[in-house]
Amino acid sequence: MMLALVGMLLLQMGAATRAIHDYNVYHPYTEIDSWMTGILIDNPDIVSIERYGQTYEKRDINLLRIGERTGAMKKVAWMDCGIHAREWISPAFCQYFIKQILQEYRVHGSRMAAMMKEMDFYVTPVLNVDGYIYSWLNGTRLWRKNRSPGTGSCSCYGTDLNRNFNVTWGTIGVSTNCCSETYGGTAALSSPEAASVTRYLEQRKADVLLFLTIHSYGQLILVPYGNPNLTAPNYGQLMKVGLAAAAEMKKVHGMSYRVGTSPDILYPNSGSSRDWARLAGIPYSFTFELRDNGTFGFELPEEQIQPACEEAYSGAMHIINHVHREQFNAAVSVATASLLGVLLATCVTVANNAF
Amino acid sequence: MRNSVPTSSIGKLLYSTNTTQQQQQQQQVSLDVDVMLTGELNPNHYPARRAAQVVLHHLNTRYGSPYWWGALRQVHKATAEALGDSGRKYSLEVTLQDQISGTKETCTAEVVFPGGPAGGPPQVTTSYEGKSEINTQAQEEALYNQYNTSQNLLSGHNLPDSYGHVAPGMEPFWHLGGVASSFVMLKESSENTLYNMAQVVSVTQLATENNQLRFNYDVLLHEMVSQEIIHWKLLASWSPQEGVKASQMELLPKCHHCEPPQEH
Repeated sequence: MMLALVGMLLLQMGAATRAIHDYNVYHPYTEIDSWMTGILIDNPDIVSIERYGQTYEKRDINLLRIGERTGAMKKVAWMDCGIHAREWISPAFCQYFIKQILQEYRVHGSRMAAMMKEMDFYVTPVLNVDGYIYSWLNGTRLWRKNRSPGTGSCSCYGTDLNRNFNVTWGTIGVSTNCCSETYGGTAALSSPEAASVTRYLEQRKADVLLFLTIHSYGQLILVPYGNPNLTAPNYGQLMKVGLAAAAEMKKVHGMSYRVGTSPDILYPNSGSSRDWARLAGIPYSFTFELRDNGTFGFELPEEQIQPACEEAYSGAMHIINHVHREQFNAAVSVATASLLGVLLATCVTVANNAF
Repeated sequence: MRNSVPTSSIGKLLYSTNTTQQQQQQQQVSLDVDVMLTGELNPNHYPARRAAQVVLHHLNTRYGSPYWWGALRQVHKATAEALGDSGRKYSLEVTLQDQISGTKETCTAEVVFPGGPAGGPPQVTTSYEGKSEINTQAQEEALYNQYNTSQNLLSGHNLPDSYGHVAPGMEPFWHLGGVASSFVMLKESSENTLYNMAQVVSVTQLATENNQLRFNYDVLLHEMVSQEIIHWKLLASWSPQEGVKASQMELLPKCHHCEPPQEH
């Protein structure tokens, strides 16, 4: 309701008075929030904002839903950024991604225009809002977790949201010490942020084709599972698509991204959002670890935002195109076969009637 | 190319050949995480990568300077073997890159992680013979002469800053911080760690002593496996002739109760 009123006010003021959003700098959360409103106002035909949860400090967790409105429930590609506060390139990528897909959509006859008829993109520019805001304060740039307080005798803040999902929770690659960067929480989904994602997607999971969660750094594409005792049933396919995406990414600026399960190429872990998505039945689930390899680490220079986003976009789009093709071109083939069958039957009938 | 199959103490195996990354990935089988692998390792997997990172820390302590700062770019081959007294040795072929000039080199190396209760830092030997193409001599001498003074001692902080920027003129001292941190990262490394320097919190020049420029560094290291940010202080001394040395390395405790005030 509030958003609609704000929207109307801004429309009256004229969209032209709003400053152009600079995609090549890092933005504090208030600016990202304003930008989201601006995206909505500029694209009311295909964008809506959905508030699907609240952080520990009671801030809204919002996603942008982008796609043509058909009235029916459509298939979904999910992307979330900023689950770890210090990984600033991640929310920057979500902003870039949204800008790109909207730009491509507006090109008449483009592939994106066709995709948006059949699919919706659900993009959360900043999932860990409290943590991200905290990382903008003096002296806490390298904060990772959310901002829930410690419990019992442990006075440190923060749960690692990517160890808090309900999939082999608390088993490996996680700490029970609340002062630790990989503290998994008091229980699975003890964090309101992880609980919000889970609750929201549980209801829709049958329609979710793809789950992409964006992190930094390390230049990796991780496939499920983080727990080495689990193997995804479509592991081979996930690797094939992931390796092809990495090959596309390398073409953009020559950067190498390694592909594999987390226990193989990074470290074992449990309770990750990527693992939860795969276990929930979402067939394609990937973690992207963006630039760089440790030179700047979490403090990737702003001059690298654009190239980092360009290569990540090509990787993400490769996966999205594959997932879309698999889902909808197969449907097209079935429809075509049915049509041919009808035509053939008609010809035979006509032929029979002719004699 | 024939697959070489390593030995492993428990069941599951991991093997690789001289094939493309894609083929290597497709040949892998599942890993029992507690198994310490021996034999040929997948060069894209974490055990080889962690050992290779240790090689880079070693090379930086030997060859690093304000104008040469090496980073790992690729692992081509890796094998591991168990030694007596539970030590383990990795043999590696890696490509490293000077992060300043971009020059790449390939070399072989051996990393021994000592076992036993005493532990101790890894021991590294390499075939690397020193920077071949880029001659940093002139730049190093110029920097040395510029700062070999008792006046206007240098100081700086947050290299890089929150936005990834390093203040103009401070880049050599960011590089020097990275190289000096390599002494700490080398001695702290094990098969269960992967270190990078996250940030120089502060650098303060002290008076030159024994012809070495000297700087107090306050650095934050990022340890990837635990995801911890670890705070170290150290004294870095440098001259073009002697290279970089680090001393008085001190771990500072993680400050749990130094939370800055909330923004609201």
